[in-house]
Order: sequence, then structure tokens, then C-alpha cells
Amino acid sequence: MNGWKKSGRGGRTRIAGTFDPQEAAVLRGLVTEIRQMLAGRAAENPADELAVLTGMRTGPSTRPDDRVLARLLPDFSTDDPDLSAGMRSLYEPELIEAKDSAAALVLDTLPEAGGRVELTPEQADTWLAALNDVRLALGTALDVSEDMPDELPADDPRAAHLGVYHWLTFVQDSLVQTRMAIRG
Amino acid sequence: MAAPLPVPTRHVEPDLSEDTTADVPWQAIVWNDPVNLMSYVTYVFQKLFGYPEPKATALMLDVHHKGKAAVSSGDKEKIEADVAKLHAAGLWATMQKA
Repeated sequence: MNGWKKSGRGGRTRIAGTFDPQEAAVLRGLVTEIRQMLAGRAAENPADELAVLTGMRTGPSTRPDDRVLARLLPDFSTDDPDLSAGMRSLYEPELIEAKDSAAALVLDTLPEAGGRVELTPEQADTWLAALNDVRLALGTALDVSEDMPDELPADDPRAAHLGVYHWLTFVQDSLVQTRMAIRG
Repeated sequence: MAAPLPVPTRHVEPDLSEDTTADVPWQAIVWNDPVNLMSYVTYVFQKLFGYPEPKATALMLDVHHKGKAAVSSGDKEKIEADVAKLHAAGLWATMQKA
């Protein structure tokens, strides 16, 4: 992956990048983990018959215990627990759905064996959100801070994963820069 | 005042008299976090709110340097939808009365 580049123009504008097999496997694996975590959360709160009939779903009112899930599905208020509970119950199902479909688009467009990925600007927006979710999950698990060094001491158990995190940062930042240069 | 469930849409003329407690507008607040990229946060503000780049960049820098910034304001229904969109984009956002 050497960054993303714009190709074409107008309605045929595309944003393209190439992933080698190992990069594709790593990213697909992480995206799949996110989907599984979200599916696990959704399964804790299955839609009841009334929700199926009316299409009005309500989610859980409490924040996930898992801190990675809690970062992906944040509270709506810092100081009003009732507001947070009400908003979560109202919005969490669609938030999980949005994150899951963003993750699914990455899996649909990134070949398992690696290779060229070509995205429309709209697909690039979805990729950005999915890449961000993966970085949020990994960053939370690794306790990333703003002054995180580029490398950790070799005996730090997080060292190997931090390399992946920094690589994802590069992939996302390159995609933002390329996307921002395109209107619409 | 707790509001665990959304109220139905009401269209009320702005009340400019002194006691406007019931109509206090809400704000969407974005908080600094160590993962989200400055470039991405700026792009999200442009895309979600249609802000021109200088305004989006200024808000991003506020979040970065001050720890948080109010990025939109309006009635409760608009702001909860804004916060939901910010969450979908992965930003750490909350809502509060202005």
C-alpha cells in the first residue's frame, strides 16, 4: 500500500490503492473482528415481535461493558445518564447497522488475495468510516495516547500491534487527503 | 430535566422573551481523542455540516487544543441526529443544552 490516488474525472472519478496479500489479510481480519463485536452486541438485544411488526426498534439503554465497544458506541451525554440511556436505546441499532455495512463494504471491495481497490467518492467515505472504526478499536485496545511513540520497546506486548495501528493511520490519512481533493 | 424519549416534532416560533428555559437550544459537542486524525475530523465537519474548509479546520483545532468544541446547535431533535451522525463517523460526540 503506497497510498491512494485519484483517477478519472467527473462521474468517473475513482480513488484507487493497491494492497499486498498480507496487508489485505490484516485489514480484512480486523474489519471482520469489528463486525463480530458489533454482532455480539446486537445479539444481546434481539428485536422483539412488536419491533419487527412496527419497524420501530429499541436498543439497550446501558453502555457496553467492553471498552472497545463502548468507544465505538459512545454515550450521548457526559452528565445526564437518563438522556444517554434514552438516546442509546433510540439510536444504537442504526449505529450498529451503519458500522456493520461500512465494514461489509470494505470486505466487498478489498480482494482476499490483495490487489487493486477502486472506490467511488461515496465508497471512499464509507471506507474512511470503517478504517476509523478499526483504528478506534485498535487504539483503544492498545491505550494509544497523543504522544504515542512510533515504536515501543521490543519487550512491550503491544509493539507488533502498534505497527499495524500506524500503518492504518497512514492508509486512512492518505485516503482523507485524496478524498478531500475531490469535490462532492 | 430528563428526556429519556424523543418528543414528537413541534414547530414553535422562537420565543425571545426572558424565560426561554423550555426552548433552550442544544449543542453537539465533539471531544478530543487520541485516535481520530486531524485531517479526518476536518473532513467529517465539512461533509456532515457543509462547513467550508476554514471553519471546519478552526473547529478541529478548537477540539484539538481546547479539548472540545461545540460544532452545531439547534433544537433537540436536530442535535441528537447530529450526534448520531458524528458517532457513525467515529467521533466522540455528546449533546448538551447551550
